[in-house]
Amino acid sequence: MNLNDLKLLSPEIFLSLSSLFLLVLSLSKVDAKKIINLSIISLIITILLVCNLWFGWLFEPSTKNSLLGSFTSDKFSLFFKLLILLASLITVFGSFQYFISERTKNYFGEFISLIFLSVVGMMLLVSSTELITIYVSLELSALPIIVLLSIHRSKLGIESGIKFFILSAFSSAILLYGFIYLYGLTGSTNLLLIQEYISKMSLTEGSTFIKYGLIVSIVLIIAGFSFKMAIVPWQMWIPDVYQGAPTPVAAFLSVASKSSAFAVIIRIFYTSFSNEDLMLDWSLIFAVLAAITMTLGNLFALNQKNIKRLLGYSTIAQAGYILIGLAAIPGTNSINFSGIQGSMYYLAGYLFTNMSIFIVITIIITRTKDETIDGLSGFIKISPVYSIILLVGLLSLIGMPPTVGFMSKVIIFGFAINSGYPWLALVGVVNSVLAAFYYLRIIRFIVFEEPPKDKLTQVHLLRNNRTILAGAICSILVLLLGIIPFILLEMSKKAINFI
Amino acid sequence: MTLENLLILSAALFSIGIYGVLSNRNFISIIMSLELIFNSLVIAAVAFSRFILPFGILDDGDIHSSTLRNALSGHMFGIFIIAVAATEAALALALVFALSRVNNNLNIENVSEMRE
Repeated sequence: MNLNDLKLLSPEIFLSLSSLFLLVLSLSKVDAKKIINLSIISLIITILLVCNLWFGWLFEPSTKNSLLGSFTSDKFSLFFKLLILLASLITVFGSFQYFISERTKNYFGEFISLIFLSVVGMMLLVSSTELITIYVSLELSALPIIVLLSIHRSKLGIESGIKFFILSAFSSAILLYGFIYLYGLTGSTNLLLIQEYISKMSLTEGSTFIKYGLIVSIVLIIAGFSFKMAIVPWQMWIPDVYQGAPTPVAAFLSVASKSSAFAVIIRIFYTSFSNEDLMLDWSLIFAVLAAITMTLGNLFALNQKNIKRLLGYSTIAQAGYILIGLAAIPGTNSINFSGIQGSMYYLAGYLFTNMSIFIVITIIITRTKDETIDGLSGFIKISPVYSIILLVGLLSLIGMPPTVGFMSKVIIFGFAINSGYPWLALVGVVNSVLAAFYYLRIIRFIVFEEPPKDKLTQVHLLRNNRTILAGAICSILVLLLGIIPFILLEMSKKAINFI
Repeated sequence: MTLENLLILSAALFSIGIYGVLSNRNFISIIMSLELIFNSLVIAAVAFSRFILPFGILDDGDIHSSTLRNALSGHMFGIFIIAVAATEAALALALVFALSRVNNNLNIENVSEMRE
């Protein structure tokens, strides 16, 4: 650990220290509002530290790697760190009303501190380039979430915590099995060294056995990560956990956890398994999984009554779209990783879209305790501002033209056609139509139904300046990134130079 | 003792653990089965690390520090798996307490309120 390591790790170190500090501070008699403000400030400082590593404002580290090559802080990881930090910032900022509500105010310090610890785990996860580090940071990002899910000790919360715990341990065991066989086949846990050994091996005799062994470990690794990414064989926990989870945790889980899993799977596959024969194999696996995931997610979402459950299924469907970008590998001659660029653009757009929906849902559920879609009827008459934020988010999830959802679907389907999967693009378009059906149903309830009488009296209770501010920023970004996609595409282009 | 024997042992323990997780209804039994799975992984990791080392020496003629580090990373893998499994066990026991307070028993069939 020298000075350069400290520079590269500065965001993580700062965030973990501030997490512990906030935990201790919340035990004292300091006002809750001040502590929440302090947590927002420390998240902003962490974002500035990440930006500093990207642009090199204050100090420029001499190398990108540290800790014996197990941690790298290139632009790819910084891009995803920015996404994860923004997601947690919007969660903490927009859920102010939730933190000071009667239910949470006794342990909001633990709540924020655990979210921070999970964020530290995700930040380490997107940076790690070595199998053991990946495993440990994966667990660091998952374990605080188990506590957060059952923090209220309610029946549903404990149920979702137990479901998440068993499946998370189970899937990380499968992931580890893949990792250990990969280590056994190649003799190293460093992703770059693994790539070297694989390229050496495929030249020698008897490579069929090693190729099949590699494919087994590839399948096991995909199975292990698909739990985090909400891809089909492991998607069944999503609706249950989202329904039982505290709403801010569901929001955080849907964006941050998913981005980090996509980041690490992109890094593993494009670093270690970037052999051309292998690429064709795993790209087909991803393509088939993407098609099944989005179809199943959309079909199950069609007749959901609970809004959180519906958003859970919609999350699964969106994960299918993002996976198209991973399947869209470039042709055999050209080395330009545009498929990933599409995925990164999609994830960034999805962050703001989903966050804008979730923070509004959070405040509605905190106030009315009503989680059904019928509970939203006539919401535009009760609270026009929140309704507009919700409508922009839902239109972006459908993929309506001025929003970021439209642009990212166009980009990602274009990459699918370019890389020889026209049927995948077709499945995606059919699914978009299918998805419009249930999103439009929510919009119908919000805009065209009459509100029940007793709801109108709660108008003044719903107003919260912070949530409106966070939601408005998200909505503006959803529209802005849809109209001007080039800034984000340029950023992701810089970020994918990690190979 | 060959590598194959150890890998078969590890695969057998892994399968027994998975069967335990899928078939048990008691939460504590599920946790124990999960521990069994993690222990089988430790066996596989350490076995690989024990049998990779000779190849590394043969390739280079003498032991490079990088070869040694690669060979020992299997042991490190095992140690980290044990440490993380211990953390998970602590968390699981907290969940056991929470579950028994809500339900008065540890049967996980009673925690299935949310379903289609």
